[in-house]
Amino acid sequence: MRRASSALGFAALASAVAFPLLATQVTWQNTAILMLMTAQMGVAWNILGGYAGQVSLGHAAFFGAGAYVSTLLTIKLGISPWLGMGAGAVVAAGLGVLIGWPCFRLKGHYFAMATIAVGEIVQTVVNGSELLGGAVGFTLPMAETGFWGFVFNRSKLPYYYIALGLLLATVLVNWLVNRSHVGYYLRAIKDEPDAARSLGVSLTRYKMIAMVLSAGLTAMGGTLYAQKELFIDPGSTLSTSLSIKIALVAILGGAGTLWGPVLGAVVLTAIEEASRIAFGGTGRGTDLVVYGLLLVLIAVFQPAGIAGFFQKHAPRAVPPPEPEGEFP
Amino acid sequence: MTVELLLQTLLSGILVGLVYALVAIGLTLIFGVMDIVNFAHGEFLMFGMYAAFWGFALWGLDPIFTLPLTTLMLFAVGVAVYKLVIRRITDAPMLSQIFATFGLMILFRGLAQYMWKPDFRSVDHTVVAGKVAFLGLQFGLPQVVAAAGAVATTAALWWFLRFTRLGAALEATAADKEAAALMGIDAQKMFALAWGIGAACAGVAGALLSTYYPIFPEVGSTFILVAFVLVALGGFGSVPGAFWAGILVGVVEVMGGFLWDPAYKMVLVLSLYLVVVWFRPQGLMGKA
Amino acid sequence: MSAPLLEVEGLTKRFGGLTANEDVSFTLREGEIMGLIGPNGAGKTTVFNSLAGFFPPTSGTIRLDGALVGGLPPEAIAARGVARTFQIVRIFRSMTVLENVMVGAMLHHRAVPAAATIALDTLRFTGLERRAHDPAGQLTVAEQKRLELTRALATEPRLLLLDEVMAGLTASEIQEAVELVKRIRARGIACVVVEHVMEGIMPIADRMLVLENGRKIAEGPPAAIAADPVVIRAYLGEGYIASGH
Repeated sequence: MRRASSALGFAALASAVAFPLLATQVTWQNTAILMLMTAQMGVAWNILGGYAGQVSLGHAAFFGAGAYVSTLLTIKLGISPWLGMGAGAVVAAGLGVLIGWPCFRLKGHYFAMATIAVGEIVQTVVNGSELLGGAVGFTLPMAETGFWGFVFNRSKLPYYYIALGLLLATVLVNWLVNRSHVGYYLRAIKDEPDAARSLGVSLTRYKMIAMVLSAGLTAMGGTLYAQKELFIDPGSTLSTSLSIKIALVAILGGAGTLWGPVLGAVVLTAIEEASRIAFGGTGRGTDLVVYGLLLVLIAVFQPAGIAGFFQKHAPRAVPPPEPEGEFP
Repeated sequence: MTVELLLQTLLSGILVGLVYALVAIGLTLIFGVMDIVNFAHGEFLMFGMYAAFWGFALWGLDPIFTLPLTTLMLFAVGVAVYKLVIRRITDAPMLSQIFATFGLMILFRGLAQYMWKPDFRSVDHTVVAGKVAFLGLQFGLPQVVAAAGAVATTAALWWFLRFTRLGAALEATAADKEAAALMGIDAQKMFALAWGIGAACAGVAGALLSTYYPIFPEVGSTFILVAFVLVALGGFGSVPGAFWAGILVGVVEVMGGFLWDPAYKMVLVLSLYLVVVWFRPQGLMGKA
Repeated sequence: MSAPLLEVEGLTKRFGGLTANEDVSFTLREGEIMGLIGPNGAGKTTVFNSLAGFFPPTSGTIRLDGALVGGLPPEAIAARGVARTFQIVRIFRSMTVLENVMVGAMLHHRAVPAAATIALDTLRFTGLERRAHDPAGQLTVAEQKRLELTRALATEPRLLLLDEVMAGLTASEIQEAVELVKRIRARGIACVVVEHVMEGIMPIADRMLVLENGRKIAEGPPAAIAADPVVIRAYLGEGYIASGH
């Protein structure tokens, strides 16, 4: 069983790597990049929302933090966006701690509501701040092209591989967390917080760990977005609809599974593109109708998401631990 | 900064707050009876606004006169939402409940956008247009009528809950579902009733607002945030709590927007929310 | 034996106008089993929750190894060697049996492989090792209670608080549970056991504490308690018969 899933995984990875070399049309490449970036946001969200069970509906605040921090550092101080990515992650992590401190004592619905409130506050503040670009936002210069400048204008390929790399790195972080005691504690907190406390687990500390990782990784996706689009504003990076999308991707694919958000991103992007072609543009609200319907259907019929259909047959995402040695 | 101006903003805040209160009361009622947070509550308000609008746009009917019809329609919508969706997730894990009502919120906004386009609409003339003078100050008549309507509806609801058998049954279910069931109260009927009344309250607020507030698919988003604040501030499940919290927040919002910066009105209100849940998670009048 | 492991003095807990515990005092030595009994509403679980740190006492002191622990949060109490089970089982349903126990073992053994070893050993000790890789939700109620007990044991506690572990068990299951508690005592772990199932606690308790309306009304060896008219009156005839389930 394990060998079959490893072979499948290898095949998937190989095709992901080969894809842009075979599908050379820019639209296909763009769609694929979008899928990878959306998947990365979902995997990052999942650490906090799916594994620790803290449903955040304000994650765009972290995405925007990453985009804005790296952009401001590039524009105002000429710092390479790669360093900006790191700075953005740190700032987002700090923001996460600030948010988590008062909000983690809230349970379930109330935490979700608080995250919506925080997301709206951040967007409103940035919108009203001239220093942070206001409603107009920032356009990034094409001046520094090439790897260190993190701008590629001759081909989409570098963006594709960076997006793929970031996704794999995010999955790796998630996987490492799952394998460690942190992963076990997070699942315990999600299932039965009081029982977890009685076993010595500090809820705040572990939720914070999940928050810091989730926020930081989401922010890195924000920097990538900024460098790809070369334009950011509150509407595109801090909106509640973005927060909804981030959460939806993970929930649709399977919150609490490693690859669920990737499935969710693929399906969601496909649906978006299809409805764009069928109904012409997303200004008509059709994407919202689709998102909404999906969420309701998932909630009622398959809370485990798409991955839930595979769970009974597929090998476990986290293999059973191997105890060391034998005791007499 | 004259006393008059201060008084004007204070009273305006109360007028605004009373309408907020009506919206929140529906939300807190649903929560009190079945422990579910209806993220789609703002959309009931939005539907109420559009119902009033189309009555006006298509047949020239004044929103004030179509109010009874709007109320019934939204009541039916609330019950329908319960029977089609909510009923299936009553006992589901909290994550599912969040997804479900959140999904409904997005679905309703999308439907509104698709059916009625994202353009801003307004009810151009109504029987309650104009101004009214009070203590030498001027207030918009629509705002005053809306506030009065909100108070009337709240009072009617309070009377219903306290003095009718059905209302008592609803309160009993909110207090203890199982005990109420043992006394022959059908929980399912009570849940449907709660959703119907909750939606109707939001719908009435919407219809009243339509006489002066812009109508667009996303209009629910401002009001749901405020409603959350009120419910948290007043205490989850407490109808009087939501009422008094509404007045308080209305005043904070209008005076804050006036004294500081209108763009930051929501920041003020939302920050108030975060402060309240930090210091007193059960709200001013809620049970711990 | 040296100083007592647990000293509770004047434990009082009020919730608003309701007094759940009033001036409860007792001591417990290492390896002692104390039965905590009393009619429903007597305040037994409140004592538990105070000991386990789920709320601070209104007044009175709780000392563990001489150190004051009243008011510490549950995770700190667990770190000091106090483990508990819950009246309604709270197993981690998204995990297997082994993983459940590992969460307990991780208190003192963070590394996953080490925790797995300890967990497997503890499962062998309680007789659940055959179910190690089954999802926790698939176990019978009796097995789930045993799982919760195993998970608590994996934290290597010195004091174990058992909340009605025998409720809903068949006669043979009760016997198995009794044997298990004896094995736990043999390891030197002290236990406070809240129980309604008398044949589960009478044979093994070193001492019994009887609560009624939040107050201690009797304390002593099981035989003395069973014969105590004050206790019998409190139970109104339940006496030594298991309250039929």
